[in-house]
Amino acid sequence: MTGYLLRRIAQAVVVVVLVATIAFFLIHLAPGDPFAAAVENPNVSEGVRAHWRDAYGLDRPLPEQFVRYIASVTKGDLGWSFSLQRPVLDVLADALPHTLLLMSIALTASFALGIFLAITQVMKRGSATDRIISGVSLLFFSTPEFWLALMVIVLLAYRFPVFPIGGMVDPVTHSSLGPVFRIVDVARHTVLPALTLTLLFSAVVARYQRASLLDVLPSEYITTARAKGVPERVIVRRHALRNALLPVITLFGLAFPALLTGAVYVEKVFSWPGMGLVIVNSIDTRDYPLLMAAVIIGSILVTAGSLVADLLYRAFDPRLRHEG
Amino acid sequence: MTEPLLSVENLRTWFHTGDAVAKAVDGVSFSIGSGETLGIVGESGCGKSVTALSILRLVQQPGRIESGSRIMFEGKDLVTLDDAAMRDIRGNRISMIFQEPMSALNPVFTVGDQVAEVARIHGHGSRRDAWNRAVEMLSLTGIPAPEERAKEYPHQLSGGMRQRVLIAMALIMNPALVIADEPTTALDVTIQAQILELLVDLQKRFGTSILMITHDLGVIAETASRVVVMYCGEVVEEAEVDTLFAAAHHPYTEGLMHAMPQLSEPRARLNVIPGSVPAPTDWPSGCRFRDRCPYSWERCEREHPPLYEISPTHTSRCHLAVEPEHRANPHPPLVEQLGVSV
Amino acid sequence: MKADITPAVGKLRVFRRLMSRRSAVAAMLVLALVVIPCAAAPLFARYDPSAQPDIIALRSQPPSFAHPFGTDPFSRDVLSRVLYGGRVSLAVALIATLVSITFGTAYGAVAGFAGGAVESEMMRLLDALLSIPRLLLLIAVFAAWRQLPLPAFVLIVGFTGWYGLSRVVRGQVLALKGQDFVASARALGAGRARILMNHILPNVLTPVIVAAALGVGHVILLEAGLSYLGVGVQQPQPSWGNIIQDGSDQIARLWWISFFPGVAIVVTVMAFNILGDELREALEPRQTGAG
Repeated sequence: MTGYLLRRIAQAVVVVVLVATIAFFLIHLAPGDPFAAAVENPNVSEGVRAHWRDAYGLDRPLPEQFVRYIASVTKGDLGWSFSLQRPVLDVLADALPHTLLLMSIALTASFALGIFLAITQVMKRGSATDRIISGVSLLFFSTPEFWLALMVIVLLAYRFPVFPIGGMVDPVTHSSLGPVFRIVDVARHTVLPALTLTLLFSAVVARYQRASLLDVLPSEYITTARAKGVPERVIVRRHALRNALLPVITLFGLAFPALLTGAVYVEKVFSWPGMGLVIVNSIDTRDYPLLMAAVIIGSILVTAGSLVADLLYRAFDPRLRHEG
Repeated sequence: MTEPLLSVENLRTWFHTGDAVAKAVDGVSFSIGSGETLGIVGESGCGKSVTALSILRLVQQPGRIESGSRIMFEGKDLVTLDDAAMRDIRGNRISMIFQEPMSALNPVFTVGDQVAEVARIHGHGSRRDAWNRAVEMLSLTGIPAPEERAKEYPHQLSGGMRQRVLIAMALIMNPALVIADEPTTALDVTIQAQILELLVDLQKRFGTSILMITHDLGVIAETASRVVVMYCGEVVEEAEVDTLFAAAHHPYTEGLMHAMPQLSEPRARLNVIPGSVPAPTDWPSGCRFRDRCPYSWERCEREHPPLYEISPTHTSRCHLAVEPEHRANPHPPLVEQLGVSV
Repeated sequence: MKADITPAVGKLRVFRRLMSRRSAVAAMLVLALVVIPCAAAPLFARYDPSAQPDIIALRSQPPSFAHPFGTDPFSRDVLSRVLYGGRVSLAVALIATLVSITFGTAYGAVAGFAGGAVESEMMRLLDALLSIPRLLLLIAVFAAWRQLPLPAFVLIVGFTGWYGLSRVVRGQVLALKGQDFVASARALGAGRARILMNHILPNVLTPVIVAAALGVGHVILLEAGLSYLGVGVQQPQPSWGNIIQDGSDQIARLWWISFFPGVAIVVTVMAFNILGDELREALEPRQTGAG
């Protein structure tokens, strides 16, 4: 088990370095080397610029710059954000928890709702309920994240102004609120972005879970359970679901990139102060150190997600649990 | 005979796919008395497994038990019973042992849990009681160290142990009838004998009736007292086991006998019945066995044979019962004459 | 893996099977209704998509008979922009998908056919590539390479979307390698390249066709997203994504600018997804057997 973990972590490191390499060269090879050009940014103080030129060897050949960059990243120095005038690490450290809050709510809600819908469908397979849920899932599966976010705003923030338009807290009143009302304030701001992500992602979970349940139901052990007199609802929820969850756990690993993508769009539309918003804003300001760091953190999240999914898979499948 | 425990009357289970109808079971009747073991024998595709599933109403879409079929059990017609009452019977009054013990057990639950589940559904005791009974049953089926084994998963047990688990599961509620669908086919020869012995042993102990479904006449010889031979969704012969082995009437049964490996001549070539079972969507008219039969004549093509009575306990679906002279002149079966590959 | 893979797909039979399914026909009809007016946008659009007829009187008009999808703040006709934008979005998606499936099929087929160390190295690279957050990488690259010509944009999008298909194709090739007809072709002395071209590739078509249909839908969404973020198709050229962006700043007032191109995306992507699912069903129908 330890050997397996070490092997997986080694793989993950290779992947992250690979991503960093691709991103580094693609950005530096762009016309006029925007990375270098950014160092000429007059908004950055001369001292910082000099430090940068020195630290990253911007006058040296590209491969050497790359080695220096990777070296500084491994030391935990992700560089300096031009647009925000702060270390990139600080910017991301502030933003990441906000993204993780949104993602964990959306992830939990999506899996709960998606699995519930799939079970409902499979219990009544072929019925109108089954077909309607399939249709609605397909609809959300085919909807662009940012457009759905915009429509949710039009409907639930403007037409029926139930929830705030964006942000994570009320900019005017938040600081004057008591601790309980502060939580309520954040919760109110969380509803719409979390709803958008949940609508999108539960559709994926439902589609996946339904297919996986239907794959499992013809198994012989399901016939055994029926022959034992187990009621159909217990068959689906206990006997079939426990097995059908295994492929869905893989989806949990895939959920990280998908939710990260969703977070980029949804955070932009709702001005949610997370990593996605940081990334989108750094496009306009051409804040390359920030963009590079975001890609690297993103790939770390993605590989971590697939590792977590692998471990969960092992925990759920007794056949793997007893292997070395 | 007194009132039988189970009586299947004109059972027809058809599968409706697109425009085709597969008549997997096409008018089958038989009965089992209390404490009796009835064997059903036939090649794969003859409808014996669908018959077994039909009794417990476990045939899945697009399969359907057609109206006019009756399955009388303890005074109730299982075909028309409502779902809740049917569930009360499954695993409780009638239980089933499946062919492939690995795939018949759910890989993600411990075997003890799967045995105890039957007691949890049908019993009134606590979870603890159900578990204890499961362990007791596992021990009765000859599983060593049942307390530890009960906490293991199916993949951790050997094939023979898994089949014992399935038997424990089938017998835990002391049912009136156990349907065993090829219970030894997936096992090694030495273990097969042990499992059959165990079944016979437990049957004596609990007084259970057994419906033994198999393609292997050897299994029938060891366990059953009466036997039903099925071919193309129909019963083609029914007799006491001794009668069948001494004087099989139907040419298909004869063929099955010849196909049995003979211990006395270990090197003899295994005889197989030429040809294969026709598709259930397209049973031949007349006698369904005629293309593979060495005696068939023109009447076999024209007229679908009824079940003729050979003796009060012996019936056969073959026109030889009324025109026995045709048995004198065997000929190569039609499938061979037509050059259809064997 | 499926036990029996028929040597030929049987185009006519598949087509007939597809046409016998109601949702497949509906999806194709919807696609025709979207694709034809977009492809022939100059014939169907009543206005020039970038014309600003009257920036004072005609700006930000809600939907009306003259402008069914309304006008934007520059007085441009949204319907005409959606038609021309659809032409761009659909072309980008189709070509990028073509790039993806060509490369993905080739990579998977070569890996599966090569076997041994080459295969395991190729698959390891694939695993690594699969862990790249595609959107983040594309954002970073396109943010750096501003004003990239459209063909280059399409190529890059295509080159980041073939990993999943490669895996499937490789699996299919591995399954086919053991099949009798391949063995007999080899026994007859057919060369490796010949076996690959004549015997293996026609048989991996099923997953490729399905992946193509689903891929087009996916790339439409991706292109829309990138264009919405300003790193995709660049103004003044319209695309569905950047038209939505045009309306997003004043979404409460000018909802129609963003609403209609979004509906176009949803309808088109949904049709491609249904078509993909139905193609899968038609190409490999599930076996329903009576036991």
